[in-house]
Amino acid sequence: MSETIAFDVNGQHRSAEADVRTTLADFLRERLGLTGTHLGCEHGVCGACTVLVDEVAVRSCLMLAVQARGHQVTTVEGLADGDQLHPVQQAFRESHGFQCGFCTPGFVMMTTALLQENPHPSEEEIRDALSGNICRCTGYQSIVEGVLRAAQSASG
Amino acid sequence: MKTPRFEYHAPRSVEEVLGLLAEHGDEAKVLAGGQSLVPLLAMRLARPAHLVDINNVEGLAGIAERDGVVTFGALTRERAAEESAVVSQHLPVMAEALPHIGHISIRNRGTVGGSIAHADALAELPAVARITRAEMVVRTSTNERVVSAEDFFQGHFTTALGDEELLTEVRVPKGPAGAGWAFEEVARRRGDFALVGVAAMIALDGAGKVGEARLCLIGVADRPLQPSAAEAALVGAEPSTEALVAAAEEAVRDLRPSSDIHGSGEYRRQLARVTIRRSLEVAVSRAGKAS
Repeated sequence: MSETIAFDVNGQHRSAEADVRTTLADFLRERLGLTGTHLGCEHGVCGACTVLVDEVAVRSCLMLAVQARGHQVTTVEGLADGDQLHPVQQAFRESHGFQCGFCTPGFVMMTTALLQENPHPSEEEIRDALSGNICRCTGYQSIVEGVLRAAQSASG
Repeated sequence: MKTPRFEYHAPRSVEEVLGLLAEHGDEAKVLAGGQSLVPLLAMRLARPAHLVDINNVEGLAGIAERDGVVTFGALTRERAAEESAVVSQHLPVMAEALPHIGHISIRNRGTVGGSIAHADALAELPAVARITRAEMVVRTSTNERVVSAEDFFQGHFTTALGDEELLTEVRVPKGPAGAGWAFEEVARRRGDFALVGVAAMIALDGAGKVGEARLCLIGVADRPLQPSAAEAALVGAEPSTEALVAAAEEAVRDLRPSSDIHGSGEYRRQLARVTIRRSLEVAVSRAGKAS
């Protein structure tokens, strides 16, 4: 049942052996060592495992790794440029847009997708876009501020 | 979480899909967007021996309008439908319902055909299919048939689809000219499954009276429900508040929604009464008089 699964992750071609039933999330974490993608509920409710597939935000626990063949996957590890944080990461940091940090990769990826599509979202649009990501520290206010800050920094 | 073991198939053509379904019958399950099926696999509520992934099949996605009907390839992503100018122009009730489906990252993967074939009693698109009188194009390796929405939805997660059949296309008629449409939903939180959802359509005649009325409810039965007596009671009436309140009352008269952790049956019934009245008011406000 195990087979070679290969696709592009963060601009690099990556390949590993895995059972075909392996989710994209488990494949990224356990086969490729990319543990920045977090798993909360593992059934599509919490949004912690959000990654980009062909620049579109998806839940990596609801996709099989084999389904990523031929596609470009971006994880939170693919955002920073060396020591230079991605503008969304920098804005979350400045806004204290996280507390324990567990949900943060999912929020950051969802925000990255949102700002690519809509560089100047209203607060309502931000709240709608992030409504599928759960923060159990309930730090939503500063997360929304982080997104607004990221949108401003990108335009400034 | 790990799904049960299955054999994975990634066919490239509809013919290949149909061949696999013919070969494996009820041992096979079609994987479209996976936003419902993968959780069912993870929780081991579904244990198909064969998973037939249709995401690589050519020509199964796309939106086109012709002769008053909008066709959706079964693999059309919900997000693509939501962003489609064809949908916003011709199918306002669908455009209004789509944002209620989960969240953006769910709609990025979830498909129009998948939601309809899955037939969750709380899902929005089955209600859209019913109120618009949509038709489902269903194929096997040897046959093609067209199933009305009325016949398609048969109960919780149960449709007219046979084990060897694939839903390939959904055909949604635009409906009467000048009709007012509305979709209203009450959920605990944004993106949650509906407690109650209501799709409504009102078409006015030249005198400003109701020429045609349609209603479809979700969350109150095992399938999207069209309260035909309430619809009939509105026809010929002035679209007054009294008439709409009476129609809502009629629509919920025989409803006995079940209770669960999200709300009691009686609460759902009350929500349905209020939401029907509101959605009818919105539909009336959007309806133009026939000229």
